[in-house]
Amino acid sequence: MSLDATYTREIPLVEGKTSFREIDDVIARPTETKPNIKWFIAIGISSTALLIGAVCLGLTFWYGVGLWGNNQPVGWAFDIINFVFWIGIGHAGTLISAILFLFRQKWRTGIARFAEGMTIFAVMTAGIFPAIHTGRPWLDGYLFPYPNQHGLWVNFTSPLLWDVFAVSTYFTVSFVFWFIGLIPDFATLRDRTTSGIKKAIYTALSLGWRGSNRHWQHYERVYLILAGLSTPLVLSVHTIVSFDFAVSVIPGWHTTIFPPYFVAGAIFSGFGMVSTVLIIVRKVFDMEHIITVNTLEKMNKILLATGTIVGYAYAMEFFIAWYSGNPIEQFTFINRAFGPYSWAYWIMFSCNVFFPQLFWFKKIRRSIPITFVLVLLVNVGMWFERYVIIVTSLTRDYLPSSWGMYFPTMYDFGILLGSFGMFFTLVLLFAKTMPVVAMSEIKAVTEGAQPSHKHKHE
Amino acid sequence: MIGKILKKLDDKFLKGEPRTGELFAVAALFDTPDQIIHAAEKVSGAGYKKFDVLTPYPVHGMDGAMNLKPTGIGWVGLIAGMSGTFLAFLMIWWMVGINYPNIFGGKPYFNLPASIPIMFELTVLLSALTLVGSLIALFMKLPANANPLMDTDFVKRVTSDKFGIYIEAKDPKFKLEEVRTMFEGLGSTSVSNIHEAEYDLGDTKNPLLNGKFIGALLGTSVAVVGITYFVLNVLLFLPPFDWMHRQPKVLPQTESKFFKDGFSMRKPVEGTVARGFMPYEFKGMPDSLVVITPNPLPVTQKVLDLGKKRYDSYCSPCHGFYGKGDSRLRGQFPVPPTLHSVKVTNWKDANIYHVITNGQNTMPSYASSISRDDRWAIIHYLRVLQRSANAPDSDLETK
Ligand code: HEC
Repeated sequence: MSLDATYTREIPLVEGKTSFREIDDVIARPTETKPNIKWFIAIGISSTALLIGAVCLGLTFWYGVGLWGNNQPVGWAFDIINFVFWIGIGHAGTLISAILFLFRQKWRTGIARFAEGMTIFAVMTAGIFPAIHTGRPWLDGYLFPYPNQHGLWVNFTSPLLWDVFAVSTYFTVSFVFWFIGLIPDFATLRDRTTSGIKKAIYTALSLGWRGSNRHWQHYERVYLILAGLSTPLVLSVHTIVSFDFAVSVIPGWHTTIFPPYFVAGAIFSGFGMVSTVLIIVRKVFDMEHIITVNTLEKMNKILLATGTIVGYAYAMEFFIAWYSGNPIEQFTFINRAFGPYSWAYWIMFSCNVFFPQLFWFKKIRRSIPITFVLVLLVNVGMWFERYVIIVTSLTRDYLPSSWGMYFPTMYDFGILLGSFGMFFTLVLLFAKTMPVVAMSEIKAVTEGAQPSHKHKHE
Repeated sequence: MIGKILKKLDDKFLKGEPRTGELFAVAALFDTPDQIIHAAEKVSGAGYKKFDVLTPYPVHGMDGAMNLKPTGIGWVGLIAGMSGTFLAFLMIWWMVGINYPNIFGGKPYFNLPASIPIMFELTVLLSALTLVGSLIALFMKLPANANPLMDTDFVKRVTSDKFGIYIEAKDPKFKLEEVRTMFEGLGSTSVSNIHEAEYDLGDTKNPLLNGKFIGALLGTSVAVVGITYFVLNVLLFLPPFDWMHRQPKVLPQTESKFFKDGFSMRKPVEGTVARGFMPYEFKGMPDSLVVITPNPLPVTQKVLDLGKKRYDSYCSPCHGFYGKGDSRLRGQFPVPPTLHSVKVTNWKDANIYHVITNGQNTMPSYASSISRDDRWAIIHYLRVLQRSANAPDSDLETK
C-alpha cells in the first residue's frame, strides 16, 4: 500500500489522510461545473476534425470507395491501416483495467476508468473502417451468420470472419466491464447532484445502487472474473487481427511471428495513446494530482518494454527472411528498408525503436513535455508500422509485372483525420459527463481505507 | 421555456416521495472502516438476519463480519462460458458441415482448427454477458430505485464517505429501542429511522390495460413497421443504395438499342456447335419418322428419383404431379391432355423423348433446358406414374 497509493497522498487537502468527500469533489467536478475555456478549445478542434471526416465519409457513401487511393494491387490501404491502428489503441485500456488488475497493480486505479473509456471509443472508431471498406456498408449485416434469403452462411474458415466475432465480442465485453465499474460511481453522482435532470439520468444509470455489502460481495467476484475473461480476450483480438495477414500468402505477411508481434505493438501504441490523452486531459481538467507524474512514469516504463519487444520483432522478421532462404521473402524485407517506401519504414523504425529508448533515463521518464513528444512519436510510428506492413507487401509481391505504387487521396486523409476527431470528441464528452476516475476504487486504496486489525478469515 | 422544464424536473426528481409509511429500518452511520466491521460483527453475532452494511467501496473482511455465504456467481460464468463454447461448435458444425456444405481452400467442410477462434470468442461473450446480466438481475436484484433507502440522507452519505448499517423492522428480533441503543453504543455518529415512501401508483389494477401503455405499444409497433417498410421498400431503391443495380448491361428479355435486329441475346456464329452438343437428328420431323431407340438408362431407384425431381420441376406445372393434365397454370396456358391415355401408354420411350426434345404443337421444346439423360430419366418416371394409375389387380397378390 505504501508504494501504490502515492497519487492519492498527493491530493494536498488534509494532512496524512485524505477525506473521501474531497475525492468525490475533485473527480465529480467536471460533471458538476461548466467546462473551462481549455475544454471548449479542445472540443472545437476535435469536432472540426470529426466534421471533416464526416464530409469525406459522406462523399464516399455517395460516390463509392473509388474516391480512395485503393486500387490494384493495393486493395487494402488506409481503411485497414486505420482499423488495425485503432483496435491496437484500444488494447492498452483493457491491459490497464484487466491485466494490471489481476496483477494487483494499484497504480492503475487512477487511470483505469479512463483507459477503459478509451478502449471503447477506440474500438468504436476502429469498427467504422471494416464497415465502410466493404463499399456498401448498408449491407454489412451479411457479415453475421443469420438465416438469410440466400440460404447462405458466412465463411467460418476466414480470418476476416473471426475478426467480426473478435471485435464485436471485444466491444461488448469492454462495454459491460466499463459499465459495471461505473455503477457505484453513478450512484455517488446521483446522491450528490443538485439538478433534477442529472438526477434522473444518474438514477437510471446507477440502477438503484446503494453500496450494499450483499451486492459488493457478488460484484467484486464478477469484476475479477471479467478481468480474467478480458485478459485472454484482448490477446485473442489482436492475434486474430494479425491472422488477417498471416493466414494469407503474401510475402512479409505469411509469418508465425505476427500474433505476438501484433499484440506487443498494440499494447505499445495503446499506451502511447493513453499517455497522449492523459497528458491533455489532466491539463484540461486540472487533474494533475490524480493522474500523477508517478503514474505516467510507470506507463513510460511499459512503453520502453513493449517498444523494445517491437524492435526485436522487426529484427527477427529480417533474420527469418534471410534464414528462410526464400528469395521473395528476402526481397520483401530489403524492399521495405531500402525500396520506394523506405521513408515510411525509417519513420516507423525510429519512432518505435530508437526514440522510446530515451525512457531509460529517469529524468526523461518524469518530464511531461518530453514524454508528450515521445508518445506522439509512438503514435506516428505505430500508424506507419501498419502502413509499412500493408503497403510495401501489397505493392510488390511476387510477379514484378503486377507491381504498382499506392497513392492515398485527400479523402483517405480526411477520413483518417475524422477518426482522430471522433475519438477525441468522445473522450472529451466522456470526461465532461462521467467520472473519469473510479471513485469507489480509488477510495478503497487510500490510506486507512481498509480495517486496520486483522480479521479471522484473512 | 427551458428554465420552466428544468424547474419541473427538479421538482419531480429532487424532492423524492413523501415518507409517511411504516417504519422500514433503523440505520446508523459510522466514520471508520474499523467501526463498521465491529458493528457488523455485533449485529450478525446478535442473531439479526435482515440487516445490511452499506459502504462507499468494498471493505475487506466485511463478508466474514456479516457472516455471508461465499458467492456462487462464479459457477454462472463457468456454465455460461462452456455453453458458449458448445453452442459455437454446434452452430459452425451445423451451418457449414450439414446445412450448406461448401469447400473453402480444399479443407474439410467442418474443420475444427478454423472454428476455434470463434468458439473462444463466443465463450467469452456468453460468459461475460450472462455474468453481468445475472449479477444485476438475480444476485443484486437491481434495478431497485423504489427501495425505501433511496434518497435518504443515510444512503447519500454511504455512497460517498460514511459507512452505514441498518436493521429492517421486519427482522423477527427487531425492537426499536434496543436497536437504537445498540447502534449508539457502537459509536454511531447518527442513528435514524427510515420510513417507507408513499408512492402514488395511481390505478395499478391491471397495468397492461392502461391506456397510455397500450397507446405507447401501438405507437411503437406502427413506427417500427413503418420504418422497416420504408427502409426495405423505399430507401434501398434510392441512390446511392441502388447504384449497384444501375449498370450499363442488358437484361434478359429487353430490347437492345445497340444491335440492328433489336435482340439483346446474340445467336451463336453460324455453323458453330457447343462442346458436347449432339444435334437431335429428328428435329422437326413428325412422330412417325422417329427411329425407335430403347431408353439407355437402367430402371434403378436413383434414376427414378432423378426422374421424379426433374418431372416435378419441368413437367408438373402443366401436366400435374401425377400426369393427369391437372395444370397448375390456371388457364394461362392450354391444358394438356392426360399422360395416362392409351396413346401415350402404348408409345415407345423414344416417342415421348421426341415430344420433350422437339415439342408438340403448343408444348415447347425442352431440349435446351433438360439434359439428355435427364429426359430419359423423366420417361422412366412417367412410366411409373402410368403404371401406378392403372395398376392391374394382380399387383395386389402377395408373392
Ligand atoms: C408449358 C406447359 C407444358 C409443359 C411444361 C410440358 N408440357 Fe407436355 N404438353 C403440353 C401441352 C399443351 C400438350 C398438348 C400438345 C398438343 O396439343 O399436342 C403436351 C403434350 C405432351 C405429350 C403428348 C401427349 C399427347 O397425348 O399427345 C407428352 C408425352 C408430354 N406433353 C410430355 C411432357 C413431359 C415429359 C414434360 C416435361 C419435360 C412436359 N410434357 C412438359 C404442355 C406442357
